[in-house]
Amino acid sequence: MTDTIVIAELNKGKVHPTTGELVVAAGMMGNSCTVIVPCSDSSVADSISSTSGIDKIIVAKSDIFSSYDASGWCSAIDSISPNGIIITSASPQSKDLAARLAARRKISVVQDVVAIENGNLTSPIYSGKAMQTVSLNGDAVISIRQNVFDSAPQGGSPEVSVMDASGNVTTAVKELISRASERLDVSEANIIISGGRGMGSPENFSHLEKIADTLGAAVGASRAAVDTWDDIPHSMQVGQTGKTVNPNLYIAVGISGAIQHLAGMRSSKYIVAINKDPDAPIFQHADYGIVASWEEALPVLQSSLSAMM
Amino acid sequence: MAKIAVLVKQVPDTNSKIIVSGNSVDLSSVKMVMSPYDEFAVENALRHRESSGGTVTAITVGGPSSEKVLKDAKAIGVDEIVRVDCNSYMDSNALQTILSSIISTEGFEVVYCGKSAADTGAASTGPGVAEHLGWSSVSNISDSNFDDGFSVVAPMNDGNAVIAVSLPAVISCDKGNTKVRKPNVKGIMQAKRASVDVRSCDIPPTSVNIISQSLPPAKPAGKKFEGGQNASEVARLLRDEANII
Ligand SMILES: Cc1cc2nc3c(=O)[nH]c(=O)nc-3n(C[C@H](O)[C@H](O)[C@H](O)COP(=O)(O)OP(=O)(O)OC[C@H]3O[C@@H](n4cnc5c(N)ncnc54)[C@H](O)[C@@H]3O)c2cc1C
Ligand SMILES: Nc1ncnc2c1ncn2[C@@H]1O[C@H](COP(=O)(O)O)[C@@H](O)[C@H]1O
Repeated sequence: MTDTIVIAELNKGKVHPTTGELVVAAGMMGNSCTVIVPCSDSSVADSISSTSGIDKIIVAKSDIFSSYDASGWCSAIDSISPNGIIITSASPQSKDLAARLAARRKISVVQDVVAIENGNLTSPIYSGKAMQTVSLNGDAVISIRQNVFDSAPQGGSPEVSVMDASGNVTTAVKELISRASERLDVSEANIIISGGRGMGSPENFSHLEKIADTLGAAVGASRAAVDTWDDIPHSMQVGQTGKTVNPNLYIAVGISGAIQHLAGMRSSKYIVAINKDPDAPIFQHADYGIVASWEEALPVLQSSLSAMM
Repeated sequence: MAKIAVLVKQVPDTNSKIIVSGNSVDLSSVKMVMSPYDEFAVENALRHRESSGGTVTAITVGGPSSEKVLKDAKAIGVDEIVRVDCNSYMDSNALQTILSSIISTEGFEVVYCGKSAADTGAASTGPGVAEHLGWSSVSNISDSNFDDGFSVVAPMNDGNAVIAVSLPAVISCDKGNTKVRKPNVKGIMQAKRASVDVRSCDIPPTSVNIISQSLPPAKPAGKKFEGGQNASEVARLLRDEANII
């Protein structure tokens, strides 16, 4: 068995909870687990300092980590990471880093792992229409989808060291274009409520936003909604040419369930569908289906959920 | 004048049904097309040429049947089409080694590719090739601008950012607001006559081996309710059965 190195997932300056899932995955791939925390302020690592299953935490401190630059991050992390199997989250940015780290070490990368058995790795292919299991011969970099492994429990006392890391930035941010909406992004959310063409107009998305506010959810959309209405930005699109999401709960409202939409959300843990057409394909993938117009169903859903919170 | 490359890959049409026979996916009866994001890569490559002059070369690594996507790229307007002949399985390191070797020997300065291929979904090739070459890279761009130096729009922290890129670089393309041009009659005629430049290559050893491909486990049938008033029952199930709320 080889050593494993987990690259902690960071989000808004904090260690993202999925990092605990990466530690569990690491435990299935090797025997000693080092977690590298790329940051510009070493206190962010405090939140994982008692996670069990970690042998060593290396806080990689550098200004470079305040904003993502693929080449700079890769060289900085590579310079302090021991050899072994490197494990990252499968967020878009971490998949990018995973690919670069693998290339730097002339090893391969396996992305979007959703199961590990006897060291063999399973990932979706063809947008989740099939699964592929591979074996590794030597070290590799692997990225792990969120919400598929349990999180590591508390109760560890890893050794913590702080190291300065450096790398060369090769791209420069000229200007941040602020996000159209201040809402949670679909790629970060544990609950997503999405609307399709069946919503009738972009104004009607306010009904989805209300439920999203109740649940702490993000609002997503089908491509038909994004293409038809200028007010629904592409950043909300879920599917083949939008975002791939893996939340605990996905609520599809007025969405037929085209294969390209399913490609982006079929691996959600629970799927709820609200559609007035009883034969809509989305119902074949729904754990809970409601055959009704959204005009009828959403107010009831809203008031029942509010009563529970 | 810029020497521009665009990487294109042939994949099953995203509408097609995927069939597994034995232990692997059977694509023999599936319609193959250019991977959807590669269309945006071609579009950005052509815009780059229009602003700086130069040539766009479309490159694919694949067997003879993959030449169709090169012809499609030619019909849209690329100048040269190259197929690196390789029909066997390659892990990411093998593929990127082949691609980076042709890119450096041919002296390209900028490479466009899709953000991820519709078959692998990996999103590894762009950043990986860039690292092999020691180049910078920006992934998932939604727009490009050539007026005031070269810049792209890509997701960054909490929003989108305009990012200045110095060449050489590899740019992986998302859909964003990019509208792709369609081939015209002249392009289609030219593509018919165009000849593909076929190169051979040595396939580097692979360290990731496929054990099996299978269909995803079927989901057990869900519960279906008639009428909007049942939304309250679904809310209860989300709390009591699914433990989500
Ligand atoms: C290359 C390619 C890539 C694509 N990528 C994507 C992608 O990333 N994401 C994506 O979503 N699609 C994608 N598509 C498009 C996809 O094929 C579908 O066209 C799209 O998903 C349909 O969106 P929809 O379900 O909102 O609309 P429709 O298919 O029109 O469905 C609307 C649904 O709303 C229901 N409805 C109508 N009124 C009501 C009401 N009052 N209450 C409740 N229900 C109602 C209808 O019964 C219907 O089922 C892609 C297509 C291609 C070819
Ligand atoms: N065999 C190939 N030949 C040419 N380009 C490829 C090949 N495989 C991947 N690419 C390019 O790399 C992108 C990302 O692929 P992937 O890393 O497999 O998700 C694709 O959209 C293509 O632009």
